[in-house]
Amino acid sequence: MLVNQFLMLGAVLFCIGVYGVLARKNAVMVLMSIELILNSVNINLLAFDRLNGSIDGNVFALFIIAVAAAEVGVGLAMVLLIYRNRKSIALDELSEMKG
Amino acid sequence: MLASLLAFARPDVDYHALAPEIVLAAGLCLVLLLDLFVPDHRRWITGTVAGFVLLGAFIPVATLAVIGGDVRSLFDGRYVIDEFALALKGLFLLAGYVVVLLSSNEMEEGGYHQGEYYVLLLTSVLGMVMMASSRDLISVFVALEFLSIPAYMMAAWRKRDTKSNEAGVKYYLLGVFASAVLLYGMSLLFGLAKSTKLSEIGAAIGDGSKAAAVLGIVFVIVGFAFKVSAVPFHTWAPDTYQGAPTPVTAFLSVASKAAGFTGLVAMVYLAFPMAKDVYQPFMWVLAALTMTVGNLLALKQTNIVRMLAYSSVSQGGFILMPLAVAGTGDAAGPALKAVVVYLLIYAATNLGAFAVIIAVSRTTRSGEISSWGGLFNYAPGLAVMMTIFLASLAGIPPLGGWYAKFGAFRAVVDAGSGWGYTIAVIGAINAVVATAYYITVMREMWMKPAPDGRVSAVKVPSPVVVAIALCGIGTLLMGVLPGSVARFGDLADLTHAFGG
Repeated sequence: MLVNQFLMLGAVLFCIGVYGVLARKNAVMVLMSIELILNSVNINLLAFDRLNGSIDGNVFALFIIAVAAAEVGVGLAMVLLIYRNRKSIALDELSEMKG
Repeated sequence: MLASLLAFARPDVDYHALAPEIVLAAGLCLVLLLDLFVPDHRRWITGTVAGFVLLGAFIPVATLAVIGGDVRSLFDGRYVIDEFALALKGLFLLAGYVVVLLSSNEMEEGGYHQGEYYVLLLTSVLGMVMMASSRDLISVFVALEFLSIPAYMMAAWRKRDTKSNEAGVKYYLLGVFASAVLLYGMSLLFGLAKSTKLSEIGAAIGDGSKAAAVLGIVFVIVGFAFKVSAVPFHTWAPDTYQGAPTPVTAFLSVASKAAGFTGLVAMVYLAFPMAKDVYQPFMWVLAALTMTVGNLLALKQTNIVRMLAYSSVSQGGFILMPLAVAGTGDAAGPALKAVVVYLLIYAATNLGAFAVIIAVSRTTRSGEISSWGGLFNYAPGLAVMMTIFLASLAGIPPLGGWYAKFGAFRAVVDAGSGWGYTIAVIGAINAVVATAYYITVMREMWMKPAPDGRVSAVKVPSPVVVAIALCGIGTLLMGVLPGSVARFGDLADLTHAFGG
């Protein structure tokens, strides 16, 4: 089993995700970047499971998928909320409070 | 396949140990149902019921603490009810109760969705209560999301207010990003240890000399650092605290933060206790930065909620301080005790301060510190209580905050290392600087005239009075009789509880 390749894929996805969160100004793009990070975690967990022949990582990945769905539900609701009130989902315009 | 399914044996479940969680889960379903059937003008009932649910969940916590005895360990030691867990469960439930008291008028008058609010509050408290017992990566993660996701929605509760929207979105994005980073760290730790159980991870990682272990530990700490708003991961905190409804701010700055520290402590003491060369320097830098930056930014604030937000960032630094030496010499015990005691005392004090802010801003309709002028003349009781809470936050004896700081400093000095002494000096300087901005508010209340010649007394709703009284008693009692809380943090109970 070539676990390395999977871990490398996970690491690359993680880096793309972190870059997206930090660099993107569009709230939906940031949400998608966060999904990338979560999926990199899933790939890691499954790769380690194959390596170790255990099942814990599969269970962990299932939990992550379920929780990620709940998180995105709340996140999209919030994006809708700011879109209704401001007609924009650009995050850099969200700066009413300063200091 | 079928045979293996039939051979499944139900694990032993200790229902007494799980009673607080069961009461909370049943209670939040009850509130949800009530919200469906109660007519609009009687919606306040949901708040009352939520309060009783929290107190009801506190009863089994109290009985478990009185019975004491063996550590109750469930599900193969992955869910543990020990003294550490019980002390923090008590903290979360009582903090939740005080937040219900603070919310009732705000929610009723604002015409917000009361039923849903209390359901989310109970859900979040349930997550915190689970966090206190979690000794497994999966349950730590699920508890963390359980407590965070409702809190994101509560922060954005004032739907039409763009500030509240901003608060919610910032909290959500950084919170979710933090849990994603935390998960990545957890996946690396899991890969090394081949197990999700924290104590097995601790045994497998050892002194953390493998590169993957270092990465895993750093990512896990960064994930929790967001939750406890440690500098440089604090940027969401001031905006979220200012924009969210004030009762929610009180909840986030106390209960949510304490839950973050609970998870962090479990990770440090169980998942990588021997990797002190990895986590100690990192914690040291976080603690020093958090105390200093939080304080410096608090000094220049003019909005009282924002000032308390930065003050709570800097208080977080004092709670992190003992963890920076947790692996040195025999400081492990005092450090753990210092964190637990600090969390308990800080909860009572900070909730009290927010309760007074809620009471006063109902009349002044302003969050500016200058609007607090002459408070002593027209509301002496509130002014005295606020002075007590601020003095406790500053660490002036004989109030609770003094003992909390004392414990934190004793832990770092106990370590007897250069790093320990240095952070103690940084902490001492910061404690003095912090006094400056607390005293600014006190001077405003006691010495300045009221800004618009206000003389009428402040009418404080009775739930808020009860909340202020509870927090005041807690703050005074824990300062005068520190032994009353100190016993919750005894290492003997904790380490064997932690499976150490």
